[in-house]
Amino acid sequence: MLKHFTLDGKRIPFAEGQTIMDAAMAAGEYIPHLCHNPEFAPHGSCRVCTVKLNGRRVAACTAPALDGAEVENDTDELRDERRTLLQLLFIEGNHICPACDKSGNCQLQALAYYCGMTAPEFTHRYPLRPLDASHPDFVIDFNRCILCELCVRASRDADGKSVFAIHGRGIQAHLAIDSPSGKLGDSKLHKEDRAASVCPVGAILPKHTGYAVPIGERLYDRKPISVAGDVSDHRKDSS
Amino acid sequence: MSNKLRVATCSLAGCFGCHMSLLDIDDKIIALADKVEFDRTPLTDIKRIGRCDLGLVEGGVCNAENVEVLREFRRHCTTLVAVGACAINGGIPALRNHYPLQACLDEAYLHGLGVEHPQIPNDPELPLLLNKVHPIHEVVRIDHFLPGCPPSAETIWTFLEALLSGQPVEFTYRQIHYD
Repeated sequence: MLKHFTLDGKRIPFAEGQTIMDAAMAAGEYIPHLCHNPEFAPHGSCRVCTVKLNGRRVAACTAPALDGAEVENDTDELRDERRTLLQLLFIEGNHICPACDKSGNCQLQALAYYCGMTAPEFTHRYPLRPLDASHPDFVIDFNRCILCELCVRASRDADGKSVFAIHGRGIQAHLAIDSPSGKLGDSKLHKEDRAASVCPVGAILPKHTGYAVPIGERLYDRKPISVAGDVSDHRKDSS
Repeated sequence: MSNKLRVATCSLAGCFGCHMSLLDIDDKIIALADKVEFDRTPLTDIKRIGRCDLGLVEGGVCNAENVEVLREFRRHCTTLVAVGACAINGGIPALRNHYPLQACLDEAYLHGLGVEHPQIPNDPELPLLLNKVHPIHEVVRIDHFLPGCPPSAETIWTFLEALLSGQPVEFTYRQIHYD
């Protein structure tokens, strides 16, 4: 017999071993998330999917579903907290949307729209980070990296290459590339690799396709992410 | 004294695109003119700001004059609004934050393509550049933010209508965008 929990009052069935996120996705319910992609092991680092499980905050992507639990998701309080998390992500890197080809197809931006963020109201860090255009098919712009580790997970678990890793700790944490020079062009990344098209933001961008779809006609320009789905759900149309 | 709302606008480190978007409200500008009176703005060419109900600021701060104008606006405006991507996070001008100021000046005035008579402008009348471009909320308190590059005419009009009628400001999904 299936077990259940309630998500904002709705009964959600789940099987043993499923997380709150797994069960919600299977039931067609949207819990905002950024570092989570159901193709890969949950990471639980962005905390955007934080919900209240019996009154206690947990990351929906890593917390196992509990029989009979009450889960709060779409509340003003959680939306405010998610918006603050997103604002912190925006000010931590350099996210200049009008200058980014991912704009309109970006999950960070789409979540900020969804959570009603009109501005990242903190002091901007404007960190100095490099851009690596050495690969023939991709540019990697570290200014936009949010350390979600989706490329790390995809390269390791789907491609079996481990091209990417996170180096350093705390504010020094950054994406590193496994190649003799540290450059993407010298790595084993191939354009068919899963890691090449998994980035939810504009950090890993394909070359030669810039502005193929005009701004205003992109994935999240017309529909919110809760309706349009994740970037990964559309990778065949967008690449 | 008329009981019209007094409005001031300015463009700091911006491109006047947000002002163009304001003008893009088309014939609604007639309705707007019935309800507001413009104080200091590029539309009236008034140079000094007086007491205002609303200040619309386009652009971030990139030089000492921007900071002075912004502080003047804050002192004189009851409600101050950051209009557009540059006012909100520095926008395109903030791309120069990646480089030391000296490198930017050298590139623009000494070593750049097509530069003739290379020299870095040094007239005392020119405002001094800040080391980095900043969003305006890092300098003064801001009451509302209108994102977009530029915010659409529809977004600006929705905001103005709500403000003029004393209603809470609420945008539809498509009215909030950052590009």
